[in-house]
Amino acid sequence: MATLWRFTLFLCMLLMACGGLSLASKEAKTRSSQTETGTHNTTEEGGHGAGPITTLPIVTWKWDHISVQYLVALWVLVCWLCKLLIEANHNVTNYIPESALLICSGFILGGMIWGADKVQTFSLNPTVFFYFLLPQIILDSGYHMPNKLFFTNLGAILIHAVIGTCWNAASLGLSLWGCHMGGAMGDLDIGLLQYLLFGSLMAAVDPVAVLAVFDQVHVNEVLFIIVFGESLLNDGVTVVLFNVFDAFVSLGGGRINAAEIIKGIVSFFVVAFGGSLVGIAFGILISLLTRCTKNIQIIEPGFIFVMGYLSYLTAEMLSLSAILSTTFCGVLCQKYVRANMDESSVQTVKYAMKVFANGSETIIFVFLGISAIDKVIWVWNTGFILLTVFFVFVYRFIGVFFLQWILNRYRLVPVELMDMVIMSYGGLRGAVAYGLAVLLDEKKIKEKNLMICTTLIVVYFTVILQGITMKPLVMWLKVKRAAVAEVSLLEKITNKMFNHTLVAIEDISGQIGDNYFRSKWRHFEEKWMTPFLMKPSARKKQDDVFDVFHQLNLKDAMEYVTEGERRGSLEFVRNDSAILDFKKKLESEYTEAMPDIPPYMIHDDGAMFTMGRDHIPSVSLEMHEQTMKAMREPEAVDVHHLLDQHLYKSRKQYRHGFSRSDFKINRDEKEVQEIFQRTMRNRLESFKSAKMGVSPPKTLVKYSKKEQQEKVKTKRGNKHTLPPFTELIMSLVKSSEDEIRSFPKASFLVFFPFDFSVVLKILSGIENPAFMPDLYPTDLLQEIPPWLAEGEPDSSMVAPSLRAQANLPNSPMEMHRLGLLPASTRSTDTKQMNNDQLPPPPTPPPPPPPSGHM
Amino acid sequence: MFILFESLDRDNRGCLSPDDFEALGGLAMNPIGGRIMEAFFSSGQDTVDFSSFVRILAHFRPTDRNRNKEGAQQELPSSRTRKLKFAFQLYDMDRDGKISREELLQVLRAMLGLQVTEEQLQSIAERAIQEADLDKDDAISFDEFKKSLEKTDIDTKMSVSFLK
Repeated sequence: MATLWRFTLFLCMLLMACGGLSLASKEAKTRSSQTETGTHNTTEEGGHGAGPITTLPIVTWKWDHISVQYLVALWVLVCWLCKLLIEANHNVTNYIPESALLICSGFILGGMIWGADKVQTFSLNPTVFFYFLLPQIILDSGYHMPNKLFFTNLGAILIHAVIGTCWNAASLGLSLWGCHMGGAMGDLDIGLLQYLLFGSLMAAVDPVAVLAVFDQVHVNEVLFIIVFGESLLNDGVTVVLFNVFDAFVSLGGGRINAAEIIKGIVSFFVVAFGGSLVGIAFGILISLLTRCTKNIQIIEPGFIFVMGYLSYLTAEMLSLSAILSTTFCGVLCQKYVRANMDESSVQTVKYAMKVFANGSETIIFVFLGISAIDKVIWVWNTGFILLTVFFVFVYRFIGVFFLQWILNRYRLVPVELMDMVIMSYGGLRGAVAYGLAVLLDEKKIKEKNLMICTTLIVVYFTVILQGITMKPLVMWLKVKRAAVAEVSLLEKITNKMFNHTLVAIEDISGQIGDNYFRSKWRHFEEKWMTPFLMKPSARKKQDDVFDVFHQLNLKDAMEYVTEGERRGSLEFVRNDSAILDFKKKLESEYTEAMPDIPPYMIHDDGAMFTMGRDHIPSVSLEMHEQTMKAMREPEAVDVHHLLDQHLYKSRKQYRHGFSRSDFKINRDEKEVQEIFQRTMRNRLESFKSAKMGVSPPKTLVKYSKKEQQEKVKTKRGNKHTLPPFTELIMSLVKSSEDEIRSFPKASFLVFFPFDFSVVLKILSGIENPAFMPDLYPTDLLQEIPPWLAEGEPDSSMVAPSLRAQANLPNSPMEMHRLGLLPASTRSTDTKQMNNDQLPPPPTPPPPPPPSGHM
Repeated sequence: MFILFESLDRDNRGCLSPDDFEALGGLAMNPIGGRIMEAFFSSGQDTVDFSSFVRILAHFRPTDRNRNKEGAQQELPSSRTRKLKFAFQLYDMDRDGKISREELLQVLRAMLGLQVTEEQLQSIAERAIQEADLDKDDAISFDEFKKSLEKTDIDTKMSVSFLK
């Protein structure tokens, strides 16, 4: 606490100094200008000091040189220090959202400056806000947008954004005008058009404020995305309305006729779609660019930021909607950028974006607070202000309820009443409204100061009051939350089961409401966009089981390190014995933690350990983690954690963390592969049991030929020897050929590696890992990471672990890769090591026999 | 709906057989595709005719919330209880009215990834049964199942829009 007080004192002094400096700089300027008029020869030296120098100065006071930069940097520092102070005490932030607290610290700082200067030297300048503070927030929102969720609810979002905002603007403007006519506001010089203009700038829900408040409340994702998406997309409408009414105000009431109104409507479409197109264009540019930046990985991340900013500026230059542009730029490029760039670059982009976005948000809120402490702008008109607040609030509710009621008719899952309440309540106004208000021309709008005041008050009302009460309201109304409370395991499993069931039913029935469009889009994307925008190597890795496996292992390795360090580094250093100790510890802890598991299970586990020590990096570490946790917490946590980690996601669900401080890796591609393999395996087994005895030679030939063709295509001339009893297997597989034709090519190759593990267990019962390499085409083994291969002392025979067998490359992309030995940018270490261990090229397969059925 | 049935019924026999289902690529991607298929074929039959097809799909109609008559709801195939029953059947392959540990294990094995070892699966199944089993018979009956899922919003999770 003492340090906190020291911080605050430091802040105060900084600000006094700032204020003093700025005053001093003003005086210095006036002084130097006087001397300059006197001695124009010494203009050079005039900048350095107050007059001509008489002796060589050792150190000079160069404030004027760097005053702007210094103040900027100092202010950024001060704002971030405020955030530091606020976050020091977590109890407070649970009740009061951070944004409200930042505004309050803005008040305090503003008060200090005003006390020092008697004039408000700093305020939220619209130029600074719109061009330096807002773009990165929008870029961050777009880049981290949960695309699937967004596009699923796009209809609702668009309706709310366009129609809702228009309704807000019109209703507010008209009612205020009505009240003005009715005399509730006293003597004001505002005409109808000006009221409409005011209404349009007040109408927009602000993305910054919405994010800041909803980030801490964690409502369910549909609710969040509708409000948030609306706040982003309504910029298109806001810009148009503001410009249209601004122009109308300039034109004057007389010259507005039908032509102008039609032009206004047309301009909406132009601005909105134009902005989106600009964004899409820049998104494509970014993706293309990242496709070629393999050699400059060190500054690769920078491109995203620069191009994102350029998209904002370009749209602004063309007087289109800049927010829409940046949003769609981010939305489009996220997938390709993540695929094309190196892992470390992707992480850099992620973190840097969060830093910028969060930093900007902090600065915005602090300055919103500071801007209030300015005697010049304060004009109080009770009627105007109170009525505005009231109308803003009420019309938001009316608009949302009405629109959503209509939308609910067309939704599968109607948005509940309570959700609608939160949606209305979450219509927060923020800095965008304030920025627009300051941009008003005071010559045309005499009551500009009144409007600024009102805007500020509305902003404070929504952000502070509504922000504080949001969380209690959510809890009181029992709105569905995002974070899953502890559900019983059975619930979890069944939930998952339902998801899968639904997907299956949709598949069976073939008619998929939105899935139909989604699959169409996916087709289009795969056929046209991905080859264009994604690096070839990245494209192949799209289904890379290995890549995800690698990431999981990395994660486990890191956990291993931290565990080891926590227990003392010596433990970690002892190589072999550490692993053995690990095993023993694991067994003993395991028996302790889960006594009901019969002991033979553990020995089985031990057997697995000896056979593949590769298990330790991934599986046993998790178990170890489980057991460690078990000792600290009840067993329930382990199992839930385990289940959470490993349940397959159905096609519909993707984990997308959108909070400002939370990001996760997406693992579902791997899971699809696994599911697919397993289904195939099950079917294979069922067929096998039915058709064990049948193995006519011609079917072997057919399969081999087909497979040859596949292999020839994929391996470009590399040939394979198929060991004899693979052909036996082929016969078993033949019966499912019909289905295979309907599947993508992947299925063939899935069968091929997969059969070995199954068949071996059944036909020959050979479990010897050393024997297996004969069966596998050796280049398949290239994909096995070194720590798996190192399990065997004899490195010439790389024995794949059970895991590697299961996770063999099994998509056509991977098979493509096998022949090519790509230099992957991703896991460069492992790939290089694998290349070193390159086994000799495989021998050619037998020539395809003539009687093929293809 | 009949058009759909016909499109699935590739050899035009007037009823569906397992091959027809398997021809759907998506089902292969689905970890419990096999089970769902089997749910269509009730009581050991080899084929599904149109009426049973429709009856099964009717489970997925969105529940009509406006109707509050409890009695009527019990009859509707799309009521919550019926949906739960369907889900229960997905677990309970041998149709003995209880989900035993082995059955649960099978489901888990189907739905969980390869990274999970046998022990972990066992412990999950163990825990799940512990949490839900009220009469301590080491198996989950339909009532226990229903009870443990009372918080879940079955209606939204098991409805497909075009079946309205």
